[in-house]
Amino acid sequence: MAEDASGTDGLQVTVEFTGGLEMLFSNRRKHQITLPVRDENDAAANIAYLVRYLCQNVMRDHRKELFVLDDTVRPGILVLINDGDWELEGGEEYEIQPNDNILFVSTLHGG
Amino acid sequence: MASNNPLDSTIEALRSQISACEAQLQALKLQLAEAEARANSTGPSLLSTQYDQDMTNGVPNAWQTDSLSVLGQTNNESNPPSQALDQSPQKWPLTNDEYKRYGRQLIMPEIGLRGQLRLRAASILIIGVGGLGCPAAAYLAGAGVGKIGLVDGDIVEVSNLHRQILHSTATLGMLKVDSAVSYLKALNPGVEYVAYRERLTPESAIETFQSYDLVLDCTDTPASRYLISDACVLLGKPLVSASALRTEGQLMVLNQPARPPGDASGGPCYRCVFPKPPPAASVVSCGEGGILGPVVGVMGVLQALEAIKLVAGRTGTESVEPNGGQESQTNPDPPSLLLFSAYGSPQFRSIRLRSRKPKCAACSTHATVTPEALASGSLDYVQFCGFIGPVDALLPSERLTAYELAADLANTDMHEATARRVGTARPVIVDVREKVQFDLCSLQGSTNVPFSEISTGGESEEWLAKLRSVSPEQPILVVCRLGNDSQVAVKKMKEAGLHGDGKRWVGDLRGGLRAWRENVDPEFPDY
Repeated sequence: MAEDASGTDGLQVTVEFTGGLEMLFSNRRKHQITLPVRDENDAAANIAYLVRYLCQNVMRDHRKELFVLDDTVRPGILVLINDGDWELEGGEEYEIQPNDNILFVSTLHGG
Repeated sequence: MASNNPLDSTIEALRSQISACEAQLQALKLQLAEAEARANSTGPSLLSTQYDQDMTNGVPNAWQTDSLSVLGQTNNESNPPSQALDQSPQKWPLTNDEYKRYGRQLIMPEIGLRGQLRLRAASILIIGVGGLGCPAAAYLAGAGVGKIGLVDGDIVEVSNLHRQILHSTATLGMLKVDSAVSYLKALNPGVEYVAYRERLTPESAIETFQSYDLVLDCTDTPASRYLISDACVLLGKPLVSASALRTEGQLMVLNQPARPPGDASGGPCYRCVFPKPPPAASVVSCGEGGILGPVVGVMGVLQALEAIKLVAGRTGTESVEPNGGQESQTNPDPPSLLLFSAYGSPQFRSIRLRSRKPKCAACSTHATVTPEALASGSLDYVQFCGFIGPVDALLPSERLTAYELAADLANTDMHEATARRVGTARPVIVDVREKVQFDLCSLQGSTNVPFSEISTGGESEEWLAKLRSVSPEQPILVVCRLGNDSQVAVKKMKEAGLHGDGKRWVGDLRGGLRAWRENVDPEFPDY
C-alpha cells in the first residue's frame, strides 16, 4: 500500500459535514482523514466504504441512524464529491481519489 | 404564584385588537400619502413641490423629456411641445411614477425597459410569509412584480419579529398574510396582492398555483416542500426553493426549465434531489434549533434575486414568460445548490446538482404523482414524511407534575403522596436542556446535564460520573423544555443503572418547564 499513488499508507481526504451533521461528528465541520486505500474485501475504497469507515472510526455519537439507514447514507443527506452531486460521479460506487473533498449536507427545512 | 384573573385575558385581547387596528390605520395613512404624492406628480402643474429640484435649463425635467420625445416622433413633428403636454400621459410604456420608482434598476442592462415590463406582467406566488417569505416579498414588491400571491395560515407571534421583517409589534395576532399585505401596500401600492389565508393543501395547490408564473417555497416542513414541488411539476412552473436553520441556508432553483414530466431536458424537481423524505426524527425546526435573523434573511433575499433573474430574463438564458410558456432557451444555468454558512469559510458554496432523475415519481415518464391524485387528496404528504408526536415513554409513576414539584419545593417535607412514590429525600433536579438554554433561565438549585451529552453516549461519559456522585438515596428529577427529552434521558439513566435497581426514584417533570411556567410560575421566562 505504501507504493500507492497517494504516496502514503492511505488516501488523504477532506471530509466535511454541514446542515447539522457536524453535531454527530464531535461538532467539527472539517475532518482530515487518512482512508485505507482498499476496503475490507480488498476492493478500491469507494464512497460506501468511506461511509462505513466514518461510522466505525470517526463518529462518536451513538445515534448512527441519523447518518446511515439501510446501509447507506440516510434520506435527506446529499453527498457531494469535489463540489459536485455524487449522482454525477457514480454515487456510492465512486472510487475515492487522493485529496478528494467529500461533503455531507443534511437538508434544512426551516424557513 | 399569580392568580388567573379572567379580566387579564380580556385586557390582553383588547390590547391586541387595538394594536391591529392601529397597524391598519398606519397602513392606510401610508397609502393615502402615497396616493396623494402620485396625484401631485402626475398632474402637469408647475406648482409641484419638486419644481426646484427637477428644473434644469430653465425647464422642468418632465417637460424636457416629453418635448424631446415628441420631437423625435416623425409624425408629430409639427406639434408644438405645449400641445404635446396636454396629451394623454400614456405615450410611454411605463408611467412616470414607474420610471422614477424603478429608475435605479431600469438603467441596468440586466433589467432595462424590457425587464421592467416583464416584471410588471409577471405573477409570483410566495408560500410561507415567515423568515424567507418576508424579505422575498419585500424585494419582489419593491422591484415592481405585477402580482404577488401570499399563502400562510399562521398568525404573527412576537418570537417571529427578529426575522420576519414585514410584521411588527403592532401586527401581533394578525394573520401573517394580512400583516404582510399592509406592509407591502405601503411599500408599493402599484402591485396587486392576493392573500390566501390558510395553509396550502394538496386539494388547493393546483388551483392556487394556476394563475402564477413562478413559485417561491418559503415554507418550513418537508411535507410542504414535496407538495409544492409536485404541484409546480404538474403545472410547469419553475420553483425557487430555500431553507434555513441556525447559521446555515440552502437555495435551489428547481424545475427550471419547466418542461413537462418525462422530458429529460427539464430541470430537476425536489423529488429528483430528495427521492425519499428524511426520517422525521432528523428534522429540526427553527423553534427547536434556533435561527439567526440575517441568515434566513439572506436566503429570502436570494430567492427574490433568482425570481427577478428568471422573470426579467438575461441575454442567452432561458427565462420565464409571463402567462405560462418559456422563451426558447440557448443556455440555461445548470442545476445547482447554493450553500450558505454564516460562520463558515467560505460562506457561500455552489454545488453542481444532478439533472432529472429517470425514475422520479413526479417529473419522469414513471411519474405516479398526477393532478388527479393531488386534487383528490389521495397523496398524503404528512404521512409520506412521517411525524413524531409527543414522547410517551414513561409510566405515570415515573412522572411528577409541576404542581407536585411546586408543593415539594415549597414545604420542607415532601408531600405525602409524592413521598410515597419518590421517597422522602429532596430530589436533585437535573436540567437536560443544552447549556446555552440552561444559562438563559433555570430552576433554582438545578444542575445541567445537556441532552446532547446523554444521547451521544460518548466515551468520556462525564455526565454519568457527575450523577453517580449524587447520594444514592436522593431521587433524580429530570426536567427539559417541553417534557420530551426528559423522558428519553430518564430511560438512558435507568439503562446506565442510576436507579440502583429500583432503590432510587428517577423520573421527569411532565410537560417540562413550559408546564412549570403555565401552572406554577408565570414569571419563568418563555423563550
